[in-house]
Order: sequence, then structure tokens, then C-alpha cells
Amino acid sequence: MTVQTLAEKLNLTVLSGGADALNREVTGGYCGDLLSWVMGRAPQNGAWITIMSNVNVAAVAELADISCVLLAEGVAPDAALLSRAAAEQIPLLQSPEAAFTLAGKLYGLLR
Amino acid sequence: MSAPEHIIREQYTVDGDDFQAAGGASSAMKKLLRSLGVPPDAIRRAAICMYEGEINMVIHANGGEAEVTFDGGVITMTLRDTGPGIPDPELALREGWSTATDAIRDLGFGAGMGMPNMKRNADEMTINSVINQGTVIVMTIRV
Repeated sequence: MTVQTLAEKLNLTVLSGGADALNREVTGGYCGDLLSWVMGRAPQNGAWITIMSNVNVAAVAELADISCVLLAEGVAPDAALLSRAAAEQIPLLQSPEAAFTLAGKLYGLLR
Repeated sequence: MSAPEHIIREQYTVDGDDFQAAGGASSAMKKLLRSLGVPPDAIRRAAICMYEGEINMVIHANGGEAEVTFDGGVITMTLRDTGPGIPDPELALREGWSTATDAIRDLGFGAGMGMPNMKRNADEMTINSVINQGTVIVMTIRV
């Protein structure tokens, strides 16, 4: 499933990410706010569900080959994160729903 | 993959005060390795090692220097700082052990997973640390 399809199915607001980035495949997922846990455990091409909203999120997503970042609970990215995600074509997607709910829906879509 | 005719060597400076820029060396190295045709899995493992090393240098050592070499078969990352040193490297390699402050933890760091991530992703890792003088960490990844 592509990031674009995921965004449509989960009613996510797309905050950043160009056409190429939104066409990336999502093949798994990870939930977490501690960056080194995410770095060490998130699968390649996964969707990362988090409430962390600072610029380091972009670095972790880029370096760990994460397909997209889902900001849960209506969390808004800070200005530095939004600008870096836009510059590096990292899809930042936003939802008012809780991480638990998003993870459950994502799991249902991917299984 | 075919070996390049000479060893590729790049040097990066890690700014000790700047969490905003943390990851810059890792990102530059990732682009370099991609341009050299290194397989994605090896690049990813190298990027994780380098990022955790960078973050540690920012958090604990007021920055440092990172050197990356690639000889066509092995990526070698050498991280040097002149920070306080690591009193007990065995302890630092234990998952969940951290000396980071609450302010650092608020940024999402300090979970005590940095060095374990480095150890897990590198094929080899050596730590040479002298208290009040600094730390040198060498990590290699076979491509």
C-alpha cells in the first residue's frame, strides 16, 4: 500500500511530502516516541506513529528509511520539523486519533 | 560489488550545541554511500550507527569529529570526541542505561538505546575511552 492510499484510508491530513514520497510503499509500522527505540526497531518502509513533534523526528525517519510519519492525537509538528520534512520529502501525516487507534487500523490494513 | 580503485574517505564535524542539526553527518554519509552504490541494508545499518554516535557526541561530549572510509567491501566509521569519557563502557552498552538529563529526554533521547543500537547494527565495534580526555569509537560494516 502506498503512503497516499494509507492517508486516504485513515483520513490523514498530509502536511508534507511530494508525489514521489507519497508513492512510497508502506509494508509495516512502529509506534513510539523514544527516538533510539524507533531508530533501532522500526522496520524499513514502515509507518511511524508518534506524538513527538520536533525536528529530530525528520532525521530518524530519513536515516531509518521510514516511509511516513503519522502524528497522532492531533499533534502539530514544530516549524523546524515541518520545514525539514518538506525539504527532504518526508511525508508527515496528521490525525486527531490516538496512537492506539491508528495502530489498530494500520494493522488491519496491512495484514 | 566491485571495489573502487582507492579508499573513499570523508570527514564530518559534529556540532556540540546543535540538536537541530544533529544527524547532519549521518545524512551526508548516507548520500555518499548511496552514490557509491552500497546496498541499502548496509547503508541503513551504517546510518543508524552514525546517528546514534552523533547524538551521543552532542549530548555528552560537546560534539566531535566523524570519519568514514569505504574500501569497496567495508565501511569504517571512526567517531572522536574530547568529552568526559565513558567510565564503564559495558554499562553504557546495556539497554536502558543512560546518564542523559531530563531536558534531553524531553527531546526524545536518553532512552539508553543508543550504544546498544550501535553494537547491534555494526559488524564490529570498539570503544576506547579515557576519563576527562575523550572517547574514540570505531564501527565497521561489511557490505
